[in-house]
Amino acid sequence: MNKNHRVPSNRSLSAVEVKSKFGAEFRRFSLDRSKPGRFDEFYGLLQHVHRIPNVELLVGYADVHGDLLPINNDDNYHKAISTASPLLRLFLQRKEEADYTFGTNSLTRKKNTVLSAVLLRPDPNRKKPPVIISLPRDFRPVSSIIDVDILPETHRRVRLYKHGQEKPLGFYIRDGSSVRVTPQGLEKVPGIFISRMVPGGLAESTGLLAVNDEVLEVNGIEVAGKSLDQVTDMMIANSHNLIITVKPANQRNNVVRSGGGGGGAASGSSGRSSDSGASYYGYSSHGGVGAPASMPSHIIQNFPVGELESDEDDEDLVIEAGGEAEPIRRASSNYSMPSLLRYEPNAISTTPLEEDGTVITL
Amino acid sequence: MKRFRRHGQESQRDRLKQELFQFNKTVEHGFPHQPSALGYSPSLQLLAIGTRSGAIKLYGAPGVEFMGLHDENAAVTQVHFLPCQVELVTLLDDNSLHMWTLRAHKGLSELLEIGRFTLTGPPGAPPSVTRVTAVLAHSSGELLLLGTEGGHVFVVEVPGFRELEERNISLDQVASSVPDDYIGRRNLEHVEALQENPVNPNQVVIGYGRGLMVIWDLERQCAVQHIPATQQLESVWWTEDGGYILSSHSDGSYCQWMVSGEDEDEEKSDIPYGHFPCKAISKIVQLPTEEGPPFLLFSGGMPRASYGDRHCITVIHSKTHVALDFTSRIIDFFTIRDGPQHTGDPSALVVLVEEELVVIDLQTEGWPVIQTPYLVPLHSSAITCSHHVSAIPLKLWERVIAAGELQNTHYSKKPWPITGGQNLAPDPPQRDLLLTGHEDGTVRFWDASGVCLYPMYKLSTAGVFHTDADPNDNMNQGTEGEWPPFRKVGCFDPYSDDPRLGVQKIHLCKYSGYLTIAGTAGQILVLELNDEAAEQTVEAKVVDLLQGQEGFRWKGHTRLDVREEPVLFPPGFQPFALVQCQPPAVVTALTLHSEWKLVAFGTSHGFGLYDYQQKNNVLIKCTLNPTDQLAMEGPLSRVKSIKKSLRQSFRRIRRSRVSLRKHHVHNAAKLQEANARLEAELAEMELAPVQRKIEARSSDDSFTGLVRTIYFADTFLSDSSHSTPSLWAGTNGGCVFAYMLRLPPVEHRAEEPVTAQPAKEIQLMHRAPVVGIVVLDGHGAPLPEPLEVAHDLARSPDMQGSHHLLVISEEQFKVFTLPKVSAKMKLKLTAVDGSRVRRVGVAWFGSNRSEDYGESGLVVLTNQGDVHVVSLPTVKMQVHYPCVRREDVSGIASCVFTKHGQGFYLISPSEFERFSLSTRCVVEPRCLVEVPLHPGSSNKHRPQPDGASSAHRNARQGSEDAEVLQEIQKSLEGDQTSFLENNVKSAVA
Repeated sequence: MNKNHRVPSNRSLSAVEVKSKFGAEFRRFSLDRSKPGRFDEFYGLLQHVHRIPNVELLVGYADVHGDLLPINNDDNYHKAISTASPLLRLFLQRKEEADYTFGTNSLTRKKNTVLSAVLLRPDPNRKKPPVIISLPRDFRPVSSIIDVDILPETHRRVRLYKHGQEKPLGFYIRDGSSVRVTPQGLEKVPGIFISRMVPGGLAESTGLLAVNDEVLEVNGIEVAGKSLDQVTDMMIANSHNLIITVKPANQRNNVVRSGGGGGGAASGSSGRSSDSGASYYGYSSHGGVGAPASMPSHIIQNFPVGELESDEDDEDLVIEAGGEAEPIRRASSNYSMPSLLRYEPNAISTTPLEEDGTVITL
Repeated sequence: MKRFRRHGQESQRDRLKQELFQFNKTVEHGFPHQPSALGYSPSLQLLAIGTRSGAIKLYGAPGVEFMGLHDENAAVTQVHFLPCQVELVTLLDDNSLHMWTLRAHKGLSELLEIGRFTLTGPPGAPPSVTRVTAVLAHSSGELLLLGTEGGHVFVVEVPGFRELEERNISLDQVASSVPDDYIGRRNLEHVEALQENPVNPNQVVIGYGRGLMVIWDLERQCAVQHIPATQQLESVWWTEDGGYILSSHSDGSYCQWMVSGEDEDEEKSDIPYGHFPCKAISKIVQLPTEEGPPFLLFSGGMPRASYGDRHCITVIHSKTHVALDFTSRIIDFFTIRDGPQHTGDPSALVVLVEEELVVIDLQTEGWPVIQTPYLVPLHSSAITCSHHVSAIPLKLWERVIAAGELQNTHYSKKPWPITGGQNLAPDPPQRDLLLTGHEDGTVRFWDASGVCLYPMYKLSTAGVFHTDADPNDNMNQGTEGEWPPFRKVGCFDPYSDDPRLGVQKIHLCKYSGYLTIAGTAGQILVLELNDEAAEQTVEAKVVDLLQGQEGFRWKGHTRLDVREEPVLFPPGFQPFALVQCQPPAVVTALTLHSEWKLVAFGTSHGFGLYDYQQKNNVLIKCTLNPTDQLAMEGPLSRVKSIKKSLRQSFRRIRRSRVSLRKHHVHNAAKLQEANARLEAELAEMELAPVQRKIEARSSDDSFTGLVRTIYFADTFLSDSSHSTPSLWAGTNGGCVFAYMLRLPPVEHRAEEPVTAQPAKEIQLMHRAPVVGIVVLDGHGAPLPEPLEVAHDLARSPDMQGSHHLLVISEEQFKVFTLPKVSAKMKLKLTAVDGSRVRRVGVAWFGSNRSEDYGESGLVVLTNQGDVHVVSLPTVKMQVHYPCVRREDVSGIASCVFTKHGQGFYLISPSEFERFSLSTRCVVEPRCLVEVPLHPGSSNKHRPQPDGASSAHRNARQGSEDAEVLQEIQKSLEGDQTSFLENNVKSAVA
């Protein structure tokens, strides 16, 4: 979608100028653009030039958009080298005291920018949307925007992961009415709206949901015609893996898809995702090399794919007499209601699941 | 749907579904809620009841019933059968008249509305002119006389509702001839009553509210006689010989007037309960007897100050004078008379009161009550739970009936006097029992096999306990010489002596006759059927369900106080063991295994297992979560907190108002500001929408320990080669406990202890309340009931293949393997459509095509009021139908399912709706009412004209001289005009 923009320019210089900052110290050196070598060698080189041989480092660089992006494998190292024009600015941190946050525009944004308000903004003149990108091994999905490619631009499908954390989901819904365009003209129809956010709750902290957003679907099921109580029960029943499609009250932050040429603004988490699980890997495709959103094999993930897709209640806990508690494994097939196609992970039913310290009080 | 038909298998399954399932609401059992009108057709022998919600119900012989519903949601105020026809007319609150008929279709009668009509007055007339207050269905069967609030009488031709304007009797016509000395002549008021002369159909009496009655000749269109009563008129009765008119009045008096054609004074006047001011006599009836004095019946007329709150009908015959004292308001009454023409002696008095129908045998000494075969008030004490048992063995059935008959000795031996129509329904295929538990601690046994829900036996558990009530308090007869001579009748008694007695759970083993009943105060009784009366002491065993749990404060009621002395129990179910839970919280789950002689029970604090042979506890398990404040404190705290918060918010408003007045009176600006703030606050309070919190359930939620279901199964709990008895319990917090039971061999059953060992605990991660547990055998069929196999009534379960455990939570159905518990398949309900399981049952559905094909299925009622059938063992949704309104919470909560795909739920406190999901098991009224032979036919034994009866008008009954009348009628029918003079003559003579 944005290949041209990101393909390295052909006016290649043979050497890349590198300015590396660690603490208050700068080091300058150069690398051969055509032969950047491997990440391991590069990492050793950095330790060497800064004279910090035994310090664990986080390596980041400023890309053309001013985003601070990590260098931690060969791919993004090569990417960083190839896009540097001419200067490659590196930022090193001790791993244990890292305080930079990787993400788009993370070097320039103001600390108190409300994430949700600027996320996915299409207007390039405005401040670029920052998205926090953590280190892959620290990934712990909290929320994601999914199915961007198949939804109307005015809608947003948000997945919240209650999964194994203490944070409350933290929002309230109410009845309301919304205006729909019908063949007969504008029509007021009843709808369900988010009425309140619990401060510090999961819903608020993701920034993807806001008060007065209209709830259109819960886990793929339309809420039209359902009562507030029904929708409440649906959400609670799906609370471990809640996917709600909303029509945000604030329509200014909608994603603009393809064709616009403004793809440069598309950041990792707004990238194409055709399946609900893909958006966490958005990071790997971020560099804009046009690679499909596949997970590079060497990215460490501390969560198995199956876990994200699994149903909450496959973790039913059984205590046998005198034995230890163990989660119930899925035995074989999985029947579900026919209407629940998209989110019933029949396909992955054989994936072994991991138990992540579920709190059981028996 | 067509899309799917392509696949052969699916269409085959669809066809099979059609053979197995169909949804019908079949019949309403019990007593109609809020009846508002009564009608009776002597020729059809049918009774009609109209209700405030616009329903019209017809009843004849047991099993003959029809129901109709007016489209208008208005109360039915009057019901009148057209004499000798199958049509009836209803008058609604909205002043509309409706014509109904019983039309035969394929050999069965149906109640159909065939016309509606609203009186239109002259243009510009006020609505009162056409507001109908009195209806007379003329004995010709062709005319309807409608008296109105404006004082006019309109004549309408039926059944077509054609207005016959030329025959209308306007107020002016009447007023012009009123004697000048009549004090009320300036304003006669509305038409209060219309009655036809029983011997001269051309004469009607028009009673005006002010008191004046006018005998009007319909043919000559003129007044024949004026009866100048001066008291406010309540009702009018024309005696059968046509010679007298009785009028009843608002001051509690009634008068008798001679019909002479001349205006003259009253013949006789009386205030039966006089001296002090009395209430109105709302309806009066006098009926002759063949030999001896007539019966006089009237409602009301009680002395206002001392007995103004009584609901009485007085019956006077010869020297016998009784004031029948009902427990609820009298709607209307009528009498049934002997003889082929229904013109003989009165045989029964039928009284419709607000909460029941009472029929009194007037021919048996002491006027006993005849037991009603239908329309029985289910709610004589409020229903607190119900339990259905299908296919009762004949032996138990007969014993229950025998026990019930001993309780019914005070009823009349006379057969039910309302016998209209033919019941064509086939005999029920099996004997079904419906048990209802009531607030007063009784359990009533109903014959639920057929269309009539017939009371069989009533069991009271109150005798086991000390209660505040004096046992002789109820129904004691009036002392000698009391005036008025009251006699209590009816069984509606909504007052419970002690709410703790309320029955919450019932389980009956139909093979052994063991019954267990659990109540509000944590009491669990075990009873057995004994055909003899027995005096015995019931030993109580207190079970501490807290098991040392700390920090508990029970704020609820105390335990019931058990009688320590021996109690005499009448024949029937007699308690022999009692368990009392401590804390005495309401029992929420109960089951009995008669083969193992064990009872298991659960409350919000835990569950227990009781051995009723050795009378000791086998197991006690506390399920209480120490952080659960609500369960810890008992049932009152929650109610309080809601009240408190309401009170607080109101106080806050009031305080801010008060403070406004106090401090800011001199500061206009500040006052305004504060006012604005207050307004905003109020507006916010009013506009604040209902919000629902979205939060995952946690272990700290309230009442997670509440035991929702408890289940016995002989299955594979520890290894796959040996099955063992087991006990399963499911909680509100989504937890399932399984215990392995060890029973001593039968020969040592009385001595060696039964033991229970914890075997498994399953915590469902979605934490939804577990509402049902079922073990499926190797064929995927639910395990049979205890003793079912022993009695050869069920196939023995397949113990070879592996068993499965089906856990039904409010949100999903989940099948696990056994003995190693692992999830096999599931069906999500809430996650998909937002509905939650409220009631669940296992049922067997037989195909209506092939006799030997059938399937087991789960029948489910959701909080949305939909019923679903879920297949077993594959847990797939089969069919679903809307059944109960989703707002009808008590209807949903009251639902019970039968083992053959039927169900019952309360549509009002007094009525069960019966529905069927099965194609094979449908219990519905199938009956035929034949049209009485047409008046024009050669039949000489044409019945007496029918009188529809309602609050202020009653049926005119035939004269003693029936032959004269018949002749008159025949002549009328033959040629109305030519025989007119003759008619008048003979009538007057």
